[in-house]
Amino acid sequence: MSKKELISKVGLRLDGRRADELRRIRCKLGVFSEPDGSAYIEQGLTKVLAAVYGPHQVRSNRLKAQADAVIINCQFSMAVFSTSERKKRPRGDRKSTELSLHLRQALIAAIEVEKYPWSQIDVYVEVLHADGGTINVIFFKFNRIIDLFRYFPACVNAATLALIDAGIPIKEYVCACTASIANDNQPMVDISHEEEILGGPTLTIVALPMCEKVVLMEMSQRFHLDHLKLVLEKALEGCKNTKNILDQAVQNHIIDVGASTGWAGTGEKVKR
Amino acid sequence: MTLSEAEKTFILHGVQENFRIDGRNRDDYRPMELETSIITHAFGSARLRLANTDVVVTVKVEIDVPFPDRPLEGKMEFFIDCSANATPDFEGRGGESLATEISNTLTAAYSSNSVFDYTKLCILKGRKCWKIYVDILILECGGNLYDAISIAVKAALWNTSIPLVKSVTIDGNNVDMNVSENLSDCIKLDISAAPLMVTLCKIGDHCVVDPTSAEEQCSQGAIVVAISKGKFSTVLQTGGGSLHPLTLIEKLKLGAKVGNRLEEALSETLSKVKEDGEMGFLN
Repeated sequence: MSKKELISKVGLRLDGRRADELRRIRCKLGVFSEPDGSAYIEQGLTKVLAAVYGPHQVRSNRLKAQADAVIINCQFSMAVFSTSERKKRPRGDRKSTELSLHLRQALIAAIEVEKYPWSQIDVYVEVLHADGGTINVIFFKFNRIIDLFRYFPACVNAATLALIDAGIPIKEYVCACTASIANDNQPMVDISHEEEILGGPTLTIVALPMCEKVVLMEMSQRFHLDHLKLVLEKALEGCKNTKNILDQAVQNHIIDVGASTGWAGTGEKVKR
Repeated sequence: MTLSEAEKTFILHGVQENFRIDGRNRDDYRPMELETSIITHAFGSARLRLANTDVVVTVKVEIDVPFPDRPLEGKMEFFIDCSANATPDFEGRGGESLATEISNTLTAAYSSNSVFDYTKLCILKGRKCWKIYVDILILECGGNLYDAISIAVKAALWNTSIPLVKSVTIDGNNVDMNVSENLSDCIKLDISAAPLMVTLCKIGDHCVVDPTSAEEQCSQGAIVVAISKGKFSTVLQTGGGSLHPLTLIEKLKLGAKVGNRLEEALSETLSKVKEDGEMGFLN
């Protein structure tokens, strides 16, 4: 592995961020009109679209319907053109199926599942553009192992926004973030593709940031136990920051939608 | 979305009166938005939004070996991905039959050398050629997929730049190519004859262009014609129902007329495309 420093002496990372800074997040709710809820998010160079259908009658397998909870059905898929090398197929491989399962696990923790018995909610995420530069080629073999998981945080965040757009009751925002450690003891948040290739381990967590609960945790390579706590704290902090950004986007969206309908005739005016 | 009998009758009567549910005439299109160069990983890309229908088309090129029977020609392949974002029916392998149907039609429409010049893609006779992968992602279905896809494909091909091969050296079985380092050195594709598809949807006694998904449900069948410079490059009849030969010819004439109009509108739009400016799904 290259011994290039991930954080320079003045405290800047390869792309000019500080250790606790996220990449730019830009998002929009309600990009499509056919689905019940949809959202688009850009986190750095990763671009993800999410769509939510439901709650509706259980469609695929009626026997799966539950008396006490809604069924959450997730599908992760990646456009064939999303990576620099053309993908053979958009979904159905093992890693995509695994990510679908993880996504489901993350969303079940946030959605108030008991509200909709005998029903189903479909959540579909589509990665349009994947972060990844020219270094891909050199570390190709190594790259394969971590391949898809680094798009997972953006998918979770997009799915949360789409759920909110669909008006499905959730306990709180569910956010995801990655963190790693540089120069032996400095934790850093929101790992870019370049840093993941050059650096060491990466921790991905999905959390409910307000009650500070971790829903899902995934780790590549290994951490020293002493470091794990530091990195975990950093990742949680990242989730909280992400939540603030998402929350702002939701508020702006509500103002847009509300203002265009005249606040349903209540005559109220809200300033941004 | 399923329609009741009354709703279907309402649509049918509207078509008869030449006043459709959204106020259009029978041969009017809905508003379209076209963006190019939206995917940076690709050699060319376009996104078309036709009212509720949303498609993204990207073009990637790779080096391949020409077909033995056509050593002087390059290759082109169409791949359609029906994203589940468009409708839950596409989940898993649900969209595959539709995808195959559309990609077969596109392949047929682009199969002739007078429609698209494949000899431009040849690098070394019988040994090396460019293969163009046209990947189409359907993000939202609001009716009239064929037209939307064909417009987006044409725009994406227009947007494509293929690297310039400066020289080729042959050493035994090895072929070495010297590709220009200069990023601005590239070949643009000639798409002036690339076909545009027009769907003519038969509702009652009349045909409408650019059907919405509600109108598609009322139709007894549709004809898809691919028009290239006023000539037909492929004709496809889809859906149930049958047509009288005379009606068929009449519809084909209408298709050609609408296709030419669409062609003019597209070339005018493409000539006005600005390279800068905010693009993508955020706007």
